[in-house]
Amino acid sequence: MIAFLIRRIGQSALVVIAMATLVFLGVYALGNPIDILIAPDADQFEKEQAIKRLGLDQPVLWQFWAFLKAAAQGDLGKSFVHGVPAVDLIFSRMPATMELAFVALAFSIFVGIPLGVIAGLKPKSLVGRTIMTGSIFGFSLPNFWLGLMLILIFAVWLKILPAGGRGETVEIFGVRWSMFTADGLAHMVLPALTLALYKASLVVRLAYAGTREAVLQDFVRFARAKGLSYRRIVGVHILKTIMIPVVTVIGLELGSMIAFAVVTETVFAWPGMGKLLIDSIYKLDRPVIVAYLMVVVFLFVIINLVVDVLYSLLDPRVRLADQGK
Amino acid sequence: MRRTTSNLTRVAAATALAAIAASPAFAQELKIGLSAEPSAMDPHFHNLTPNNMLTRQIFDTLAVQDENQQLTPGLAESWKPLDATTWEFKLRKDVKFSNGDPFTANDVIYSYCRAPRVEGSPSSFAVGVRAVQAMTAPDPYTLIIKTATTYPLIPLEASTIAILNAKLIGAGQVEYDRQDCKNAGTYPKTEDFNNGKFAIGTGPYKLAQYTKGDRIVFERNDTYWGPKQPWAKVTLRPITSAGPRVAALLAGDVDFIENVPIQDLARVEANKDYKVVRQLSNRIIYLHFNYLADSPPGVTDTGNGPKNPWRNAKVREAIAKAIDRDAIVARIMGGVAVPAGEALPTQMFGANKDMTPTKADPAAAKKLLAEAGYPNGFSIVIGTPNDRYINDAQIAQAIAQMLNRIGIKTSLEAMTASQFFTKRNKAEFGIWLAGWGADTGEMSNPLKALLATPNKDKGFGTTNPGGYSNPKVDAMLEEALATVDDTKRAALLAAASKLAMADYGFIPLHFEGTTWGMKKTLEYKARVDQYTMPSGIAPVK
Amino acid sequence: MVALEAKDIAPTPRAEPAVGKAEPRWKRMAAEFGESKLAVGALVMVLLLCLVALLAPWITPQDPYDLSKLSIMDNMLEPGTQSLDGMTFWLGTDDQGRDMLSAIAYGLRMSLFVGITATVIALFVGTAAGVVAAYFGGRVDAIIMRLVDIQLSFPAILIALILLAVLGKGVDKVVIALVSVQWAYYARTIRGSALVERRREYIEAAQCLGLPKSRVIFGHLLPNAFPPLIVVATVQVAHAIALEATLSFLGVGVPITEPSLGLLIANGYSYMLSGKYWISVFPGLVLLFTILVINLVGDHLRDVMNPRLKR
Repeated sequence: MIAFLIRRIGQSALVVIAMATLVFLGVYALGNPIDILIAPDADQFEKEQAIKRLGLDQPVLWQFWAFLKAAAQGDLGKSFVHGVPAVDLIFSRMPATMELAFVALAFSIFVGIPLGVIAGLKPKSLVGRTIMTGSIFGFSLPNFWLGLMLILIFAVWLKILPAGGRGETVEIFGVRWSMFTADGLAHMVLPALTLALYKASLVVRLAYAGTREAVLQDFVRFARAKGLSYRRIVGVHILKTIMIPVVTVIGLELGSMIAFAVVTETVFAWPGMGKLLIDSIYKLDRPVIVAYLMVVVFLFVIINLVVDVLYSLLDPRVRLADQGK
Repeated sequence: MRRTTSNLTRVAAATALAAIAASPAFAQELKIGLSAEPSAMDPHFHNLTPNNMLTRQIFDTLAVQDENQQLTPGLAESWKPLDATTWEFKLRKDVKFSNGDPFTANDVIYSYCRAPRVEGSPSSFAVGVRAVQAMTAPDPYTLIIKTATTYPLIPLEASTIAILNAKLIGAGQVEYDRQDCKNAGTYPKTEDFNNGKFAIGTGPYKLAQYTKGDRIVFERNDTYWGPKQPWAKVTLRPITSAGPRVAALLAGDVDFIENVPIQDLARVEANKDYKVVRQLSNRIIYLHFNYLADSPPGVTDTGNGPKNPWRNAKVREAIAKAIDRDAIVARIMGGVAVPAGEALPTQMFGANKDMTPTKADPAAAKKLLAEAGYPNGFSIVIGTPNDRYINDAQIAQAIAQMLNRIGIKTSLEAMTASQFFTKRNKAEFGIWLAGWGADTGEMSNPLKALLATPNKDKGFGTTNPGGYSNPKVDAMLEEALATVDDTKRAALLAAASKLAMADYGFIPLHFEGTTWGMKKTLEYKARVDQYTMPSGIAPVK
Repeated sequence: MVALEAKDIAPTPRAEPAVGKAEPRWKRMAAEFGESKLAVGALVMVLLLCLVALLAPWITPQDPYDLSKLSIMDNMLEPGTQSLDGMTFWLGTDDQGRDMLSAIAYGLRMSLFVGITATVIALFVGTAAGVVAAYFGGRVDAIIMRLVDIQLSFPAILIALILLAVLGKGVDKVVIALVSVQWAYYARTIRGSALVERRREYIEAAQCLGLPKSRVIFGHLLPNAFPPLIVVATVQVAHAIALEATLSFLGVGVPITEPSLGLLIANGYSYMLSGKYWISVFPGLVLLFTILVINLVGDHLRDVMNPRLKR
């Protein structure tokens, strides 16, 4: 177990370093942030001063070395655009992204599982076929296009929901959340729905497959023979069996939610980490891009690790397979 | 356009007075949708429009540019040159910072010391301080500024330096020194402005909340020395995509937005509860050439003619005459722009009163090309940003259509602003489309940046990477920059600009218009510098 | 640049290519596939869309990217209006006076080109990696599969976004980004099949006969591992098209001079909110339809070929 963990963390560290190097050198090659950050009427002298202030006058490898040294002490540098530590900037945006991802995830589970189970119980019925074809539709609908259409319908035509932005926030445990206010929830409906649809389709398909397998398994047949009520069979036995794969996948999908939030946040002007990343890419704010990547990679590594550990606890074969290599 | 503005001013002033009389208006909150987010609440951190327009609600400057960029008194009541290299500023005596500290000359000296020394600033205000050789205060309300040579722009540059509260930040009696001011203490970090600690100024509003990416909340500064503001609270939300910004206005999420996209003007105006205020801006959209490269990037198929066609004034004239500015303004800019004949609109300081935009004449353009030795035209690639100016890439595409018609096979290289400016500054385009907003609102600014021969020591030609060079223009500009007399300086600048335009040194296209959308119950003192200032917004009585 | 070659388009949805002795299996699958009217309909639509994309330069009323053919005076016309020289714009025009019908056909061409090219290249790269892993086994296998695991543990959109942020815009760069996020699926599929097939008797028999390892892989492993690959590839084409559209919408995809469907939607987005719906809605519907029919085909193919194979 310990060896497994150590190897995993070592590999993850390698991933983080490789990504950081690629991004650091890549963004450097792409252009000079001073060209867009500086006031257009600044003269050559001021331009040189600004380049010096941001440390861009040093050779790129030296800059990279300085970055690595600072990063080893937990300092990922200051944003070129905002002049504040990039990590602070990202952490200040994280609650917005997290609450969006959690609400969307909750939505996709509570909508996806019932639909999937229904379709799985009656695969040949019209309802079942409609749900499954509908889930393909859900897969196919590009995230951003769905967001645009929702804005068009609910904000522009019907005018019942706001078109974008984050609502009122309340401070809980020192962090500002918007999911606990009415205004906040109103602002969250459309972006959460946009983010959730794809995952909901995925959950539908998993629940469908799980249910179909479960129905054929002995214990369900047995329960049925024993005369247990239909409701109890579905509610307890089938749900229990499909939960394991669904929960595992959801653990992993939380990461992809956070990544996909980049698109949703851009469409809905949601002030989360994803929007920050896109803005930073446009402005070549290298410290923020690199820091975002490090933070997100770290987050994923943690999530993956937790899922792997849980899984290996549930199923010893997984761990053995990994060690066998 | 100008008359409308001055009427507006009067209306706004009257409204402000009326608002004071009618007290219910006071409790109101104003919500504004911004098209770009400021990067800090530190007024010295980043010399950029979104930062400047908002930090100047919290902090004042000695002189203030009004909505037409004319200088008016701010924290200084008056100023005058004592001799060729000395300026005297008389400061207001009744001014207090929002925490109750009195404002004195020491705060000014401190601010001039700090402005060029901000850690990690991507674009500092050092330019506005550089000419200041010495700065002394014979008494707390008089300020003497010395320059090395005759420098008429001191009051203008004073309108760019925000005045901080020296006492609050922990400075003593500061002595100005170009290298290293004495008694200034440790200069504050930008974070301490963002979190509100040092964001204490003399302006009309106080900073109440600043959440990056989400909102900025101002509260009225009740100790403000100027007219009382009608809003108890102002919430500003960055909504950078144009569509959602308009949707937020029409849905009532915000009361006021800046930069209504052209395609939405009709829709906002058709709604009986909303209106649009338009104002001509000082931002010129232009084409500029790469004169330096013998074979400019993207310029091919030049046949028997020289490989760099731009060095021939006839070719430049042909380009100018191929472009139908009226069509661009009407079809792409939705009428919210004005065709340009030079770098600044006619009413600005140093502009020519009689300058008219070149008329479209494709036949003449074709003839000029033939005379220049390119009877079969040639091929070019126009570099353009696609997310910086209003409809920038569309304008470039329209120009490409027009140039194709006179036989210049034109294609586009459109890219995001960051990449465009990097390439542009390295002169990696043969011809490019860009824009210029004169921050100072007078002609020396665009001439110096766009048309003067690049010269690092003089700070000339900073945005002239193609290297246009006309010694006569340079000489007149230098003479103007050393002339304190306003009338004479304006005449010199106008003549220099006329000369450069007769040479088709660059091709002016149009001046962008700025639009603000708002509820019918609001009024805005529209500005030529495209700033959105909450202090200019008032309820209609 | 956008030249589509027949070979890029043809093989993906169709399952016919003869793979030696597996003939009867293919026939059975084709028959089974034909049982679903929805799937057959979808397949016909896929082929039709490919045909439109392929023939775009010859069947569209206008070359939307030849700037000399466009007139700015015709911009933002509603669907069904006529231009000054009597040309009817059935789907309206965009902000450049470009015929939307033609622009959509060219956009579809670009979207399909990017999606299919990226998938085909990724298929080769991934298959090669999977084969190498299966062939050499041991340390090589461990390294490659570890790489695959790492790659798959990060969302495609994030990797593609970061890559494009580093590489810059361009059709070639989008293809590179899409290949980099796709290859791992194929590598994993191939290796998975290889591991299964390796235990079958005929492989054991081949090995007992002393056939060289490469012969075993290319002669036996690969042909039998092909069906699941086809399913993955079909679904991945849809994925690639959607991802490309998303990236272009975010402004890091194809350049605006050669718009794909995603970029057309992005261009029309701001106009959509102002009532000029046609610039954005029509390309959006075509994009949705394209992805949907490909997914329908892929979904049914999966059922037919391997009911056990799950996403």
